[in-house]
Amino acid sequence: MPTDEMWINMGPQHPFNHGLWNLRVKLKGETITQAEPIIGYLHRGWEKMVENRNYTQIVPLADRLCYGSSLSWNHLYCLTAEKLFGVEAPDRAKYIRVVALELQRITSHLLWLMAIGTDLGSYTIMTWTIRERELFLDLLCKLSGARMTYNYCRIGGVRNDIPENFGRDVEAALVEFEKRLRDLESLMDENEPYLMRTVGIGKMDGPTAMNLGLTGPIMRASGVEMDLRRQDPYEVYEDMDFEVCTHTDGDVYARYRVRMDEMRESVKIVRQALAEMPAGPIRVKVPRCPPKGNAVCRVEDPRGESLMYMVSDGSEKPYRLKVRSPNFVNLSAAPPMLIGFKISDVPAIMGVLDMCIGETDR
Amino acid sequence: MSNLYIELTNFTEWLLGLVAALLDWTKLGFLSDFGEWLQTAPVVDFVSTLLVAVIFLITAMMFGLCFIWQERKFLGRFMDRRGTQVGFLGFFQNFADGIKVILKEHIVPKDSDHRLFEMAIFAYLASTFMLFGCIPFSDNFYVIDVDLAVLLGVAIFAFGPFSILIGGWSSNNKFTLIGGMRAAAQLIALEIPLLLCIVSVVVITGDLSFVGIVTWQEENIWLIVPLCIGALTFFIAAVGESERIPFDLPEAEAELVEGWATEYGDVRWGLQMASDYFRAYILCGLFTMLFLGGWAGPEFIWAEAWYLTKVFIVFFFFIWVRAATVRIRTDQILKLGWRRLLPMAVINLLIAVALKVTGVF
Repeated sequence: MPTDEMWINMGPQHPFNHGLWNLRVKLKGETITQAEPIIGYLHRGWEKMVENRNYTQIVPLADRLCYGSSLSWNHLYCLTAEKLFGVEAPDRAKYIRVVALELQRITSHLLWLMAIGTDLGSYTIMTWTIRERELFLDLLCKLSGARMTYNYCRIGGVRNDIPENFGRDVEAALVEFEKRLRDLESLMDENEPYLMRTVGIGKMDGPTAMNLGLTGPIMRASGVEMDLRRQDPYEVYEDMDFEVCTHTDGDVYARYRVRMDEMRESVKIVRQALAEMPAGPIRVKVPRCPPKGNAVCRVEDPRGESLMYMVSDGSEKPYRLKVRSPNFVNLSAAPPMLIGFKISDVPAIMGVLDMCIGETDR
Repeated sequence: MSNLYIELTNFTEWLLGLVAALLDWTKLGFLSDFGEWLQTAPVVDFVSTLLVAVIFLITAMMFGLCFIWQERKFLGRFMDRRGTQVGFLGFFQNFADGIKVILKEHIVPKDSDHRLFEMAIFAYLASTFMLFGCIPFSDNFYVIDVDLAVLLGVAIFAFGPFSILIGGWSSNNKFTLIGGMRAAAQLIALEIPLLLCIVSVVVITGDLSFVGIVTWQEENIWLIVPLCIGALTFFIAAVGESERIPFDLPEAEAELVEGWATEYGDVRWGLQMASDYFRAYILCGLFTMLFLGGWAGPEFIWAEAWYLTKVFIVFFFFIWVRAATVRIRTDQILKLGWRRLLPMAVINLLIAVALKVTGVF
């Protein structure tokens, strides 16, 4: 029977897209023959906005790039600005930053896991994950005073030292978390419907992933060992002992596994950083205006490689600040991942990218 | 406890007699004649049947609504939270929801097929409410007890996907269209194993009425013991037929927004949502009746209470499945229905026939 193909607009308001974007898919029956992500609904002009703010004022704005992992963006901005100013954060600040960043990575991955749960229709995964995420939100709240936009890093250090007994609280949370992570894994890895929905879906091999410019867990799931914490270490990551988690299958399940393993590695890094943390100052003074010049810095965001490029004309405001968002690039790889799969696979494939429109549209 | 019918027939006779006496008292000839007519057998039958139907519908609906409460609470516990807290133990949540959906505006999409759009949802609800009548609570508390009750129930049940398809089509929305198609495909794929399981029960008991099937099980053995494969198949197919996770493809909210019911708002949506639970209740009732001995049980509590207890226990397993699994894809459901459940149902039927032929039962 000849059937017509039809376009379906999944978005801008649709339960599966976390954020405000549109995925147009062309369906033949229920099979996707063409896909077209459309973004820009949440464009706030962030890059232009910061050109009218001085360097200090941009710090809290950088938080707003991503609601899921605001600290990593905040940190990236401060790191790039430090390069521009030609200062270096004290050792203690670096260790504190690593602890905070890895806690942030865990919360970000748990937020992603929550989204995957709702996308695949299991609210148990969602509520369990939110429960675990609360442990780390409490820790970050103790550290910075906020639960979502932390505004914790400063150019030349961090805002405040770690609170009293922070190491003890973190250790307690980590022990609890490791136990609960096993529970979560048993809910998913030993669950036949979950495997049916994820294994072999959205396949992408290493070379294709590289050509499309993918980064982060999506890239590592395709068998490419690319982690900026290892390849281009910043802060004190070169002293840390951790594995770069990779998987060779390149499907949704592999991406899920990479993120789950990464959480375990983050736990390891947090423990090491807290144990090796030296005493000393947490912040250095920086001048109001940087010298003329430019700086570029890239870090391993929970979602992939995020990069900031900053140009200074010697005034107190940046002349230009460019952001490379990992999700912006990862999203452009949606069509090759989607084509040939069913419309039911759209939430699984797109959900595992961990969409965050704040940073994608900026 | 005496029969619901006998009770209500007596009550109707008394009520109509009272009315007739009042009419007679007016000393107007035609009114007295009308009073006479009221006391004839057809009128008494009609009124008492109506009363039975209304009482039964309300009772069954109340227990259907309890399913929503049970799911909220149990799902909450599975998810390490408390579930609804509105009112005493969360019992008032349904009332709050009901008032909310009743107060909503009724919106019909401009380009939809208005008549079919309105009709489809009522066809769906009507088939659900008719099903209530087919499932007795006990041999004393029922609406109809025809010889082919099982067939009648299954036939009405199969009417559901038809109205879902019409509703999905007439909404003039791509999501509802896909949802409607999925509902039709899925329900047909799961209907056949379901029917074969029922056939195996009928083969063993040799009766097509629920009362007969339950009586046979009271006298012999609960059929879940000899027909455990069939019970399992029936359970899986029933979860699919009631469109619950992991088989809630027709309303997969992640990809299809709300599936075939996307365009329905106000109380129509509310009733559609409630009728999902009513259908789940009916399937649990069928399972109880066919495999768990219906209202059979030690007589220290009423037969109806036994029946409802078993129904709620079966629904607990429905909730457990929902809490533990994710939604699977359409093609996987079809594959499951045709390649796994159908052979299992056939094997089960063979076992039933073998048991019958060898004279075990």
